[in-house]
Amino acid sequence: METLIGMVGKDFVLTAADTSAARSITVMKSNEDKSRDLNKHIVMLYSGEPGDTVHFAEYIQRNVRFYEIKNGIELTPKAAATFTRKELATSLRSRHPYAVNLLIAGYDVTTLTSQLYWIDYLGSSISVPFAAHGYGAYYTLSLLDRYHRPDLSLDEAKILIKKCIDELKSRFIINLADFKIKVADKDGVREIEI
Amino acid sequence: MARRYDARTTIFSPEGRLYQVEYAMEAISHAGTALGILASDGIVIAAEKKVTSKLLEQTTTSEKIYLLNDNVICGVAGITADANILINYARQAAQQYLFTYDEDIPVEQLVQRLCDLKQGYTQYGGLRPFGVSFIYAGHDSHYGFQLYHSDPSGNYGGWKATCIGANNASAQSLLKQDYKDDITLKEAKELAAKVLSKTMDSTTLSSEKLEFATISLNDENKVVYHLYKPDEIDLLLKEHNLGGQETEQ
Repeated sequence: METLIGMVGKDFVLTAADTSAARSITVMKSNEDKSRDLNKHIVMLYSGEPGDTVHFAEYIQRNVRFYEIKNGIELTPKAAATFTRKELATSLRSRHPYAVNLLIAGYDVTTLTSQLYWIDYLGSSISVPFAAHGYGAYYTLSLLDRYHRPDLSLDEAKILIKKCIDELKSRFIINLADFKIKVADKDGVREIEI
Repeated sequence: MARRYDARTTIFSPEGRLYQVEYAMEAISHAGTALGILASDGIVIAAEKKVTSKLLEQTTTSEKIYLLNDNVICGVAGITADANILINYARQAAQQYLFTYDEDIPVEQLVQRLCDLKQGYTQYGGLRPFGVSFIYAGHDSHYGFQLYHSDPSGNYGGWKATCIGANNASAQSLLKQDYKDDITLKEAKELAAKVLSKTMDSTTLSSEKLEFATISLNDENKVVYHLYKPDEIDLLLKEHNLGGQETEQ
């Protein structure tokens, strides 16, 4: 039921995650933040098995932080995504693998580009211009395919993500209460309203 | 009784010294010289080969300058056998990093990894420290071109120009005299050749006794490693009028 959406714009990445936490057919909470900031410029959205998700996300978050304290430099989005993928791939081959799907969005201060990585629980990782996880992907990927451009401005991207959310509201059988929208650009990661 | 505190690497002497580590550093100051100069558009590493015998076959590859990773090279002074162990370790650490992060290892981190290993041998007993000093030349997206030096104790530092091995003190003072902050790679190569010609014992400077390598960036901002071939070294020496006079022998 969970939906994560992300898209790369001109010099930013825009992400959206639904905020409902459900157990079976019951909505337990409607303002859950399904994201963790890995550092100033990188945000990670997660969905999947409850418990696994937060635990894994915080494990990655703290390892990324540890790297930065130890080495005095920030990890790039690519390095963070590769590290995360490796942790998932290792976990998959253990007795209790994490069942977590992720989007890693960030601004690379060394190359001055914005990047989005789509990662699933099987350890696939791919750099993409736009991406979605969960049931929402069935409704939004076509819209993103039709309207996404690499030189999208932030205002245009906001309109597009609004389109995606509206589509979910009208077509998807489950009512996803609300979405939390985040942007990662040269000034860092921040939450915005649309 | 005189040999009381130098028999083991890990025991402090009453004056607070680690003799084995100091001896290792002493051994290095008799080894062939290696120097590095950081320029604005690259780094040069030059090293002196000690030719032991005319009958000995010249190695086809370099014996004092090694590629550690796509973005890092190093010059060696000390026991070559020890250096080989450390170089192998460094190459493996660099590939490990590439596997984990899909990016070249930042230069300082690679230096740190080696120094952690070297430091271990000054603390854990029963072994002797590595009798090697390194000069590292590397490039990464965080700090650009960087030049480092590390010694057997596991200490390391970043330099604009530095020298290890025989006569390192006089070479160092020559470098200090002639180094300027906006030096180009071309000027750095000349300076390296000049310093070596003055500090090496032999009067004839030729490709037989020298190794030369540079790293710089190409048009696509990729690091290129250039290990000079013997005739390229001779050409460089000739250009700067440093070539040995064959007749002097």
